[in-house]
Amino acid sequence: MEITMTLNGRAVTDHIDADLLLIDFLRAHGCYSVKRGCETSGCGLCTVIMDGRPILSCSILAARAAGHSVQTLEGLQEEASEFVGFIADQGADQCGFCNPGFVMNTIALLRENPNPTDDEIREYLAGNLCRCSGYDGQLRGIRAYLDSRQG
Amino acid sequence: MEHKDYKSINKPVRKKDAMQLLLGKPVYTDDLTPAHALVVKILRSPHANAIIEQINTAAAKKVPGVVDIYTWEDVPSVRFAIAGQTYPEPSPYDRLILDRHVRFVGDAAAIIAAETEKAALKAMRLIKVKYQVLEPVLDFRKAKDNPVLVHPEEDWFPPCEVGGDNRRNLVASEENEDGDVEQVLADCDIVLDRTYHTKAFNQAMMETFRTYTELDRYGRLHVISSTQIVFHCRRILSRALGIPKSRIRVEKPRIGGGFGAKQTAVCEVYPAFVTLKTGRPAKLIYTREESQTAGSPRHEMEIRIRLGANRDGTIRCLDFYTLSNTGAYGEHGPTTVGLSGHKAIPLYTGGLEAYRFRYDVVYTNLQASGAYRGYGATQGIYALETIVNELAESIGMDPTVIRDKNMVREGMRMPAYYNEIANACALDRCMEHCKRIFGWEEKYPVRDMGNGRVRAAGVAMAMQGSCISNVDVGSATVKLSEDGTYNLLIGAADMGTGCDTILAQMVAECMDCSVDDVAVFGADTDASPYDSGSYASSTTYITGKAVEKACAELKQRICSIGAQMLGCGVEEVTFEGDRVSREQSGQSVSLTEIAYKAQVNNTQAAQATATHSSPVSPPPYMVGMVEIELDKNTGLVTILDYMAVVDCGIPINPALARIQTEGGIVQGIGHTLTEDVRYDHRGRPIGSSFMQYKLPTRLDMGTLRVEFEHSYEPTGPFGAKSIGEIVINTPAPAITHAIYRATGVWYRELPITPEKIVIPPKEEDRAEGRKES
Amino acid sequence: MITIQNYVRAQSLEEAYRLNQNRRSRVLGGMLWLKMGNASVNTAIDLCDLGLDTIEETADQFVIGATATLRQMELHPGLNAYTGGAVAEAVRHIIGVQFRNMATVGGSVWGRFGFSDVLTVLLGMETYVELYHGGILPLEQFAAMKYDRDILVRVIIQKKPGRFVYQSMRNQRTDFPVIACAVSRIGEEYRAVIGARPGRALVIRDERGLLKEGITGERARAFADDAAWRTPTEGNLRGSAAYRTHLIRVLTERGLLALGGGYEWKSR
Repeated sequence: MEITMTLNGRAVTDHIDADLLLIDFLRAHGCYSVKRGCETSGCGLCTVIMDGRPILSCSILAARAAGHSVQTLEGLQEEASEFVGFIADQGADQCGFCNPGFVMNTIALLRENPNPTDDEIREYLAGNLCRCSGYDGQLRGIRAYLDSRQG
Repeated sequence: MEHKDYKSINKPVRKKDAMQLLLGKPVYTDDLTPAHALVVKILRSPHANAIIEQINTAAAKKVPGVVDIYTWEDVPSVRFAIAGQTYPEPSPYDRLILDRHVRFVGDAAAIIAAETEKAALKAMRLIKVKYQVLEPVLDFRKAKDNPVLVHPEEDWFPPCEVGGDNRRNLVASEENEDGDVEQVLADCDIVLDRTYHTKAFNQAMMETFRTYTELDRYGRLHVISSTQIVFHCRRILSRALGIPKSRIRVEKPRIGGGFGAKQTAVCEVYPAFVTLKTGRPAKLIYTREESQTAGSPRHEMEIRIRLGANRDGTIRCLDFYTLSNTGAYGEHGPTTVGLSGHKAIPLYTGGLEAYRFRYDVVYTNLQASGAYRGYGATQGIYALETIVNELAESIGMDPTVIRDKNMVREGMRMPAYYNEIANACALDRCMEHCKRIFGWEEKYPVRDMGNGRVRAAGVAMAMQGSCISNVDVGSATVKLSEDGTYNLLIGAADMGTGCDTILAQMVAECMDCSVDDVAVFGADTDASPYDSGSYASSTTYITGKAVEKACAELKQRICSIGAQMLGCGVEEVTFEGDRVSREQSGQSVSLTEIAYKAQVNNTQAAQATATHSSPVSPPPYMVGMVEIELDKNTGLVTILDYMAVVDCGIPINPALARIQTEGGIVQGIGHTLTEDVRYDHRGRPIGSSFMQYKLPTRLDMGTLRVEFEHSYEPTGPFGAKSIGEIVINTPAPAITHAIYRATGVWYRELPITPEKIVIPPKEEDRAEGRKES
Repeated sequence: MITIQNYVRAQSLEEAYRLNQNRRSRVLGGMLWLKMGNASVNTAIDLCDLGLDTIEETADQFVIGATATLRQMELHPGLNAYTGGAVAEAVRHIIGVQFRNMATVGGSVWGRFGFSDVLTVLLGMETYVELYHGGILPLEQFAAMKYDRDILVRVIIQKKPGRFVYQSMRNQRTDFPVIACAVSRIGEEYRAVIGARPGRALVIRDERGLLKEGITGERARAFADDAAWRTPTEGNLRGSAAYRTHLIRVLTERGLLALGGGYEWKSR
């Protein structure tokens, strides 16, 4: 079937199989930031933003995204650049494999709630697993960014 | 202790790849390699022990898009091991690429190569296998001398003598002793005899195992793999595939986590075989399920300790017996077990009069184990630290005080640690520091919070090594570029740990330049100098020292070229970072001038390679303390605070050392509370997806606080010791202790789930420190 | 891996219903559960164009469209005002925000999964489902029915005055529950709904009138004992039958005590 979606602000049309998952569509269109970490919708690595909401691209058909707007980290470099340096300063990037999904969901969080508390950050990002960092460094990075905006 | 003012060392420098990673750039195996590669899939055995009587691939091969399917009849008959270890490996050569005898549920039965994943999966369903199902060995306590043999084959081969015997299901066996254990035990006021059991936890790195292979422009096998061990990987492939090493190139891009899992060449051989057979690029990406069930998890161990002590809390004797379950293949079996004693017992060198350490490592028909951060020390320290807590509680002594009384201190010789001297040891200061920031005096007493909830605290110490002494080799090449910047080439593997960055910090410190002026490359068997790889906590300590040496040599060469330009002898010039000066004349030449000179009519390379190895493996030390809230009615354990103080010598990068520690603690929390590896009565893994195998989320780990106590290790680069592994060792015993404080029950098997807290397993001993003497 | 031959966005409920009469058709729902299976689907029917993605509140009911998400439930001010936050508490532990942005109320209710927090919390209220052919029927009745080929259109909650408390026990914070427990008082009726037994959620009513004089510690314990005794449990990876029975007692008692002192929604 043929579908068209708005990918990072640009209309993309392709012929796809009905059962193609969005993650595979995105990677086939050069969005390599989108990662697969499990097959059970539980790790958050494949997080993208569809119509403004963070979703798991491994768990949705590309066909369902037709007619919708999908953003990946490739399309949100500027917005991400505002805060990821603070995470880098903590060394919390570590292996980096969970970073794109975590950064995407952090973008979603900050759009929804520009001034979250630590508990709100933890709760919003609970679906983003990280095996390296122990999470606290990621939190410190986001906190440092939020504090820098206050100052 | 040496305190120096460093420019680049002991600074929280950003990781060199940080922004690439955080902005999602394509830097991992699957991002960098072509999508049109053949998709490789493995048909896996549904039986724990079986012989393939017939395997019919005819129908599967007819699936459109299927390129070929290989079975045991197609592969070489040379046995090999996939453990990433220095040759000759202690791990037995007990594998074939595909074996007619499949030895665990998930063992490879056929390799499928297809144009698409769909075609490969369809073909997988159409392969007809007739198995002769054999009785499996599933209980590792019954494996030794069991009539059922996991490896009955005649060509089973151990490259090293480690006490193994495949006719007894034995991979390794040893016994060593210092002092007379029985005599000392007989003289002790208190003898505790306890047995502890830990499971085969999964590393669960976010990037599963994966490898891409192709023939390069010279027709050589080019392997791009998520691996910690490029050189060992090349050697393993060479033996398994029967081709010379000169025909293989192995490189690693960025790695999505390893924790030791990728110290084993778990999946490389399959796509490599496909590429050699078809001449085409091939890619194998493990599913999460495959990673969890056909990977290389921790060794399940059962550790029996007899501890002898006096009533005043002096620990006089430790007698260990470790039974380790290596699973269906022997990777890392003979070596991990050694750490369960040798990297635990020395913690109590203080008043120890005798120790004995005996072990057996057995085969079973379960997933093969491998290397996982901590590598046996984690299991041993869990057992030892728990029995010491049991001792303290049984004699009513504060567990931090009993440790102060018995712990290893700087300058002590450690008989259980190959008689090494603790040159740098701040364990005593770690304990004092941790007690203070944690508030031990207030938190150690059990506090009733009402409604069935209690708060309690626990403590544990830990150690590890900083390499495999007399074995590991690290190398570094440092090159001067025309603009006075440097290239650092290494064979160690940054798997997220930040070794590329900390080694660059060392170059910057040595060459008196900025860290930004050091470009790092690694790891590639064609281009990197030889390195055993990143494991055994060795990279900072061993490769770091190689970096230091290479820099010293390069400095010498730069001075030599500079002196030649200045028309004087090399002894007359000094290296001043951006220039070489001749003090006598006040003349100098800039690094840029020297670098350009090195490219014209020059016979002295403006680069140096150095190699390092160490006769000792200085232990880092650590203290961890945890406060929990335990709901007695539901069994729920909530981690409130976890505090740790680490002695890793001088931390080269305190930010990265802190993150390493925090990450290790959270993995340890997972192993203690939520992660469980389970099999059914036929040896089939159950609950191995992330839906059932529960890693801690950021809501499961409480507040972390990590600080450092510096010591100065004279044999390490800039006084550094290791950090990567030790950090996983304290959570299990500390949390076990806190749970005892809250419930009065010692849990001697991990994980401790809420159900076990509400309904303790029968064998758990409710008695307050049962005494036997 | 699931395979799908055709993907159709139904343009009417009638079309969805018609397509769904084929045995190899599937309504997609949130797709989270469906994706993990190995189903071979001929036609995947997507209801996303039917405007069923809203939660509407009127004076006496909430009408939740089948494709409204769990996240919408979690954030809905009216639903949470009515239940004193019990609805948000029921769903906020489910995996993560991204997951809850995808999982649909219709998919969760249709699935009638044993582990379902959604089914459990909804059974604690006066809830109905609207089926395209089957019409409107009580959720409790629907929950006991076998799967058929009808289409779930809406979930309707009658805003009867009441109090609601939701609790669950999870081995890890975002895991499936070991036991889910919704306790409520609707008008004069007390209910304990026990989910993740691990079978489908069951409604336990105060048939012996243990609470008819109001909630005290002793009566709460008596009702909790009764609920634990009456609720069949089984063991699975997350817990044994005995542990679940124990948890039913603990959570029901705690829920009732919280209910006793809790916030009560009254119609204006």
